[in-house]
Formats: sequence, C-alpha cells, structure tokens
Amino acid sequence: MGTFHHGKSELHGITVVVDTTGPEIFVGRCDDEDERGIILDDADVHKDGDDGRSKEEYVKRAAMLGVWKKYDRLLIPSEKVASVRRLGEIA
Amino acid sequence: MPYSELMVKPMREELTSAGVKELRTPADVDAFMNEKSGTAMLVVNSVCGCAAGMARPGVRLALQGERRPDRVATVFAGQDLEATAKARSYIADIPPSSPSIAFFKDGELVYFIPRHRIEGRDAHAVAGDLTQVFTEHCAVPAT
Repeated sequence: MGTFHHGKSELHGITVVVDTTGPEIFVGRCDDEDERGIILDDADVHKDGDDGRSKEEYVKRAAMLGVWKKYDRLLIPSEKVASVRRLGEIA
Repeated sequence: MPYSELMVKPMREELTSAGVKELRTPADVDAFMNEKSGTAMLVVNSVCGCAAGMARPGVRLALQGERRPDRVATVFAGQDLEATAKARSYIADIPPSSPSIAFFKDGELVYFIPRHRIEGRDAHAVAGDLTQVFTEHCAVPAT
C-alpha cells in the first residue's frame, strides 16, 4: 500500500531529532523541509539541562519509546538548525 | 479527520486476512485486553504509508512463523478513534504513536515497537524484531 504524501522532502513522515545552535533540541515527525527551515508535526522540545537531563540524555530516552508532543506543528528556522538525525537510528 | 472507509478497507484487510482480529469499539478493546492469560499482540494500524506500509507486511510475515502470540488484534488510529483511545489507555505510560505494536504476556506489557522503530525499515526487518519477541515469549505449538 503506497503512501499518500507527494512532493515532500525525503524526511517526510520520519521522526527526527533536530538539534539547534541554542539550548533547545526537538523531536517530531518531519512534515517537510525547505529554505525556511524544517516543519515538525507532533513535536516535543527539551532544553539542555531541564529535568537534570542533557540533550543527549533526552534523546536516548526519546529513542526508547518516543515523546509526548508539546506542539501539533512547528517550524524550526534554518538558521537555528545545527543537525537533523532520524530518531530510529539512535541506539 | 478519518479517511474514507473505501480507502482504508485494504489496510484493514491486510491484517485481518492474516488472522488479526479488528477491534472497532472500546468494548471490543476491553474484551481483548481483559483476557490476561498467555500472550497477546496489539497492532495500532494507521494510514500513513511512511511506516504503516512496512508495519502491516512485517506483522503478516512474523505471524507466519512457528511461534506466534495466543491472540492478535488491531485498532486503526485516525479511523476508529474511540477504540484507539481505549487501547492506548492500557499503555498509558507510553507516548501515542501509530503505527506501533505492543506485546503483552499475562496482561503485562513486555515489548513495544514505536513508530520511529518502523520508519525507514522494510517488512523483513520489522518481522525479524517481532519474531525475536515471539521466540522469547511464545510457546511452541503442540504437535
């Protein structure tokens, strides 16, 4: 059964970790990415050190079972994006 | 908003034709989950082909193996909303994701595959994960 999403970026539908140049790190399902930035659906955000967890500790926890969304949809501007990784590839 | 039933029918049948019981109402879910003994697998189906398109054939492949859960059922996220919400209430500590697969032994959740562990993989990889779980937890059928 095929998908129903055409003309989107190759990360469309993939749950990704978007690290930023600042203290925030995001996990969400990529809808699309373009010159403006990356658009996530059902996204969570963590600030480095919140709840006593570093960014990487947060990501490791997210990789186990997923995240509770804080945002239905958000745009992370390109100038803030430091890296984008697939959550499913994080051990 | 749910997709048209005509469109999702093949996605339902991809599982039900493999012997997976479809749970369409909260009462269906309660009946399935209240049977605690043995092993049970609950598949949260979804329309999105990015992951569900691999989850469904992965489940089908895994169920062809020698060992399989005593009971296998599915709810359809985004379609059967109340049934899906009820199913998620049984694994309330886990963030909702669809598709996803929960495996229970004697009523306890012992394994869970969230959506992000299905995305970008093929059906054989998903089936491989499930087969490992079946091997660990499911009895060899009596001959």
